[in-house]
Amino acid sequence: MQTSTLFALLLLLILVAYGAGISRALTVAHKRGGLRKLAALPGYYGSYTALWCGLPALLLLGTWLIFDDAIIRALVMDRIADKPDTIAGQNLLYAQIQNLASGRLIGDAAPQLQEAALQLNRLRTGSRNLQAALSLILAVGLGAFALLRFSPELRAREKVEQVLRWVLLTCACAAIFTTVGILLSVLFESLRFFQTVSLTEFLFGLHWSPQMALRADQVGSSGAFGAVPLITGTLMVSVIAMFVAVPVGLMSAIYLAEYASKRVRALAKPVLEILAGVPTVVYGFFAALTVAPFVRDLAASLGLQASSESALAAGLVMGVMIIPFVSSLSDDVINAVPQSLRDGALGLGSTRSETVRKVVIPAALPGIVGGVLLAVSRAIGETMIVVMAAGLTANLTANPLESVTTVTVQIVTLLVGDQEFDSPKTLAAFALGLMLFISTLMLNFVALHVVKKYREQYD
Amino acid sequence: MDTMTLDAAGQTAASQPESAEREAVDTNTSKTVGKPFCDDAKMRMRNVNVFYGETQAIHDISLDIGCNEVVAMIGPSGCGKSTFLRCLNRMNDTIEDCRVEGELTLDGEPIYGQKVDVVPLRARVGMVFQKPNPFPKSIYENVAYGPKIHGIARRRAELDEIVENSLRRAGLWNEVKDRLDQPGTGLSGGQQQRLCIARAIAVSPEVILMDEPCSALDPIATARIEELINELRENYTIAIVTHSMQQAARVSQRTAYFHLGRLVEVNDTETVFTNPQHELTEAYITGRFG
Amino acid sequence: MTDTNRNLTQEQVRQRIEQHLASRHRKEKVFRGLGIASVAFGILAVLVLFTDIISKGSGAFVQSAIQLEVTYDPLVLGIDKVDEESLTWANFTGVIREALRERFPKVQSRSEKRELYSLVSSGAPFTLRKRLQSDPELLGKTQTVWLTADDDVDTFVKSLSDSKEGFRGRTSDQKAEWIQQLIDSGELKKRFNTTFFTQGDSREPEQAGIRAALLGSFFTLLVTLVLSFPIGVAAAIYLEEYAPKNKWTDLIEVNINNLAAVPSIVFGLLGLAIFINFFELPRSAPLVGGLVLTLMTLPTIIISSRAALKAVPPSIREAALGLGASRMQTIFHHVLPLAMPGMLTGAIIGMAQALGETAPLLMIGMVAFIVDVPTGITDPATVLPVQIFLWADSPERAFVERTSAAIMVLLSFLIAMNTAAVLLRKKLERRW
Repeated sequence: MQTSTLFALLLLLILVAYGAGISRALTVAHKRGGLRKLAALPGYYGSYTALWCGLPALLLLGTWLIFDDAIIRALVMDRIADKPDTIAGQNLLYAQIQNLASGRLIGDAAPQLQEAALQLNRLRTGSRNLQAALSLILAVGLGAFALLRFSPELRAREKVEQVLRWVLLTCACAAIFTTVGILLSVLFESLRFFQTVSLTEFLFGLHWSPQMALRADQVGSSGAFGAVPLITGTLMVSVIAMFVAVPVGLMSAIYLAEYASKRVRALAKPVLEILAGVPTVVYGFFAALTVAPFVRDLAASLGLQASSESALAAGLVMGVMIIPFVSSLSDDVINAVPQSLRDGALGLGSTRSETVRKVVIPAALPGIVGGVLLAVSRAIGETMIVVMAAGLTANLTANPLESVTTVTVQIVTLLVGDQEFDSPKTLAAFALGLMLFISTLMLNFVALHVVKKYREQYD
Repeated sequence: MDTMTLDAAGQTAASQPESAEREAVDTNTSKTVGKPFCDDAKMRMRNVNVFYGETQAIHDISLDIGCNEVVAMIGPSGCGKSTFLRCLNRMNDTIEDCRVEGELTLDGEPIYGQKVDVVPLRARVGMVFQKPNPFPKSIYENVAYGPKIHGIARRRAELDEIVENSLRRAGLWNEVKDRLDQPGTGLSGGQQQRLCIARAIAVSPEVILMDEPCSALDPIATARIEELINELRENYTIAIVTHSMQQAARVSQRTAYFHLGRLVEVNDTETVFTNPQHELTEAYITGRFG
Repeated sequence: MTDTNRNLTQEQVRQRIEQHLASRHRKEKVFRGLGIASVAFGILAVLVLFTDIISKGSGAFVQSAIQLEVTYDPLVLGIDKVDEESLTWANFTGVIREALRERFPKVQSRSEKRELYSLVSSGAPFTLRKRLQSDPELLGKTQTVWLTADDDVDTFVKSLSDSKEGFRGRTSDQKAEWIQQLIDSGELKKRFNTTFFTQGDSREPEQAGIRAALLGSFFTLLVTLVLSFPIGVAAAIYLEEYAPKNKWTDLIEVNINNLAAVPSIVFGLLGLAIFINFFELPRSAPLVGGLVLTLMTLPTIIISSRAALKAVPPSIREAALGLGASRMQTIFHHVLPLAMPGMLTGAIIGMAQALGETAPLLMIGMVAFIVDVPTGITDPATVLPVQIFLWADSPERAFVERTSAAIMVLLSFLIAMNTAAVLLRKKLERRW
């Protein structure tokens, strides 16, 4: 049976169970003389039965679908005598078997493989039949059990609500699952990466050239995986971005909060927020096609040599992208500074700028620092702008007019296209991802902590 | 000088209520009973109207504040006394749609006007707020803030001296002299308010405006502040808004009673509390509303 | 006046204040000027960005087409009847070449002919095929048709309005002359570019459209919405209405806030490692894209839904609980309906974010060159932002135009969604 038909059938069963629960409740209530004799409304008895019928069966089906492929593969591969040693070889072999089994591969294959393919098909059919049979039996059986257990004293509402509460809790834990998922996915592949490339080489190596890993005259036979040029490149672009975003964002937040009239504020704020809503790919396009040539021409007119993929262009545009982020966070913290402090300073004869610089900003400083840290983590993790406007080749330089590459750019170039999951080249992307995740996580953690503490101070 | 004319105007205004029948009270007239004017006025306010957008908060108030006197402003909440007080050093400028009309002068010089710079004005007319609002800085920095921004002290020693003097005058020196580098926000409420007073004194103002300075304090701290106000009167002119009639009676020489944005009666404090001349004043001090 | 301080008279103090006033006011002006400059810079950036995109992209909405007298000659086509099979093999290219040769009879040499043939898009034969398919009677007859011009021709024609010379690129003098002739005789015109909205991606700019990408975005967002909204709302309900204040809840909270700030590309890595490698879901499918974007937008939706729940005053809950409703009933019957507008606003904003997202989708293979329009959530597809990324990488000048036009379409969707969110908030906002 197809999985989709099975799903449809299960859904139908659940509906039937719901109806059966309700009608059963109604008949009993009728016999006893009114709905008041029941411990819960009939709808709850329906839901109760439906839950018994559907939930365990669906859970079983879900688990089955997650694990059946892996188990079948293990069973099939177990029977093959001379397996290749490498994972890649095994993958290839299994892919061959799969193709054979689905009839896509015509021609003569080794009898051993043909046999394996037949076995694979057998196992698949068996698994599918078993899964259908088991889940249907479970659904019908437990649905019937729930109906049999029915009694007017059964507190169906409480039971149903208990289950719902668990569902809610599971949803709330989605964030934790995601974090764990991210950690697991980058951690495992990274560990495999560090089996071939040492951690010290990765963290302190000055040379990055994974693309030429296959050439014999390269450093080692596995290419060079020194991440230092990527880190410096990332930092350079981020620092340029911060040089744009922090002063402009902060000053515009200050102007809008402390100086601007209501009308100017009502007009300028949404316009600035447009910048936050523009997708990063658009900024990337803008950086690559408009700003980068502009920077190059400007540098040329000053007698300087600038790459057409300069760090400066990417950094400038990234800075523009982060302006609204900095300004809205600063706006929040500046507005959290109590008016009484401003009054106190103004009442002593401070000018507005003195009030801002000497009282408001110092008071808001923790919040602003937190906001800037969040912005830095954004800049470090930003991908599209640098992919489109910064370079691909690792370049250890301090000149913003040259092209640099960043961690995110490398992740994208290493993973886009065909991947072999055991070449260090692919795995390197996960190691970079791990580095990115950990560094941004730390930044976010510190930043959120600082901001939270700051909020508490004035609450 | 124009003191003569003003005095004359003051007299007419002051003499009217004597004859005015107390039963014929019209809260909508802007006539003020009592003695709103004085001879050696530090600040003169004539026909002041204040608007918040379309609504009028202050109706045609005229009042003098004399040199080295304490004027108390009392009245039910929302009567405009704080608004009026904030006009005196243009703190209302910070409110976007607030508009002030009328003639306000300090030592004969206008307070409002295109050419008037609020910065030195506010240095001359200091202010203490309802809630103690020390800056989140050290005690020393709090007091030194004003002299620093105004560039009053030329040397560090001078600044130290100003800080010490101001804290002494505010009666706080002995309590904080050993912990000047600790945050001002760590002090008790009463100490914080005295710190704010010291902060205001540090720029040598001529007038100090106090907007219910004790409303957030306990009785003991309040007593200290009141004592302090009595001492400060020797050197400064003080206008204090208070919701406590007892406080007005204890600290002020003259008392002004505000009602619904109008100045109903101004008189020597004793007169106001023993023999109010306006029905509304009497009603208020006898506690019929408040 | 008495001395305020031991050695400074009030007079001295006044004087010193006066001395500094001018420089302080100057600083004030500078500071204020910096503020104005910053706001102006931000606004200028918006203006430059939009004018740049619009000026580059507006041209893509029209497309040059060439009018030709085409004869559906069975001999040239190599068919004698019209059916599925013969249409597949029919030589429509020959028909077009024939028509071109007729229009410019002087062309003789081989290289010149090649030039001539490249006037018309390589997609033009399909146009003829469709025409013949819909009307088999045309076989053997002659018809006047507008055929899409090649992108080089299109670029040249469009650049003519900027300068007399125009942008030549690969266009030879000879070809430019032909084009000029066609324009003068009204046989070459710029017509509304329907291809752009009805076709999928193509290597040829004049045949490339955003339909496949739009549908890909639609399916991806559909998956995202269906998953993230219920899960996000459920999570918000749990955290706001049930969660006890303990370490576990704190952990969830910290997690949500942190996830909101994790770089999007990391979610792509998660999608690649877990959904594609571990669960072996199909690559390049909107299903996987939707799953990844769900994880990404969940924090946004949870945070805004919690804010919406918080805004419902406790008195409503107390009233319902006081009538004997259970907690669950209180939430689902009373609190949730009231919080719904706020939640929907958050969901729209989350969807707008997801619609503009590119990086994580590159990781899961939605970056492949896909011509076919997807019909479901498991078909290989690409999304609008990724299409923009792909086109931005293409060297042809005509693709710059199409990239900008695609950006305009994307931005208008985003603006529409954000406006909807703002309006929804305004309209359904309750004042308690």
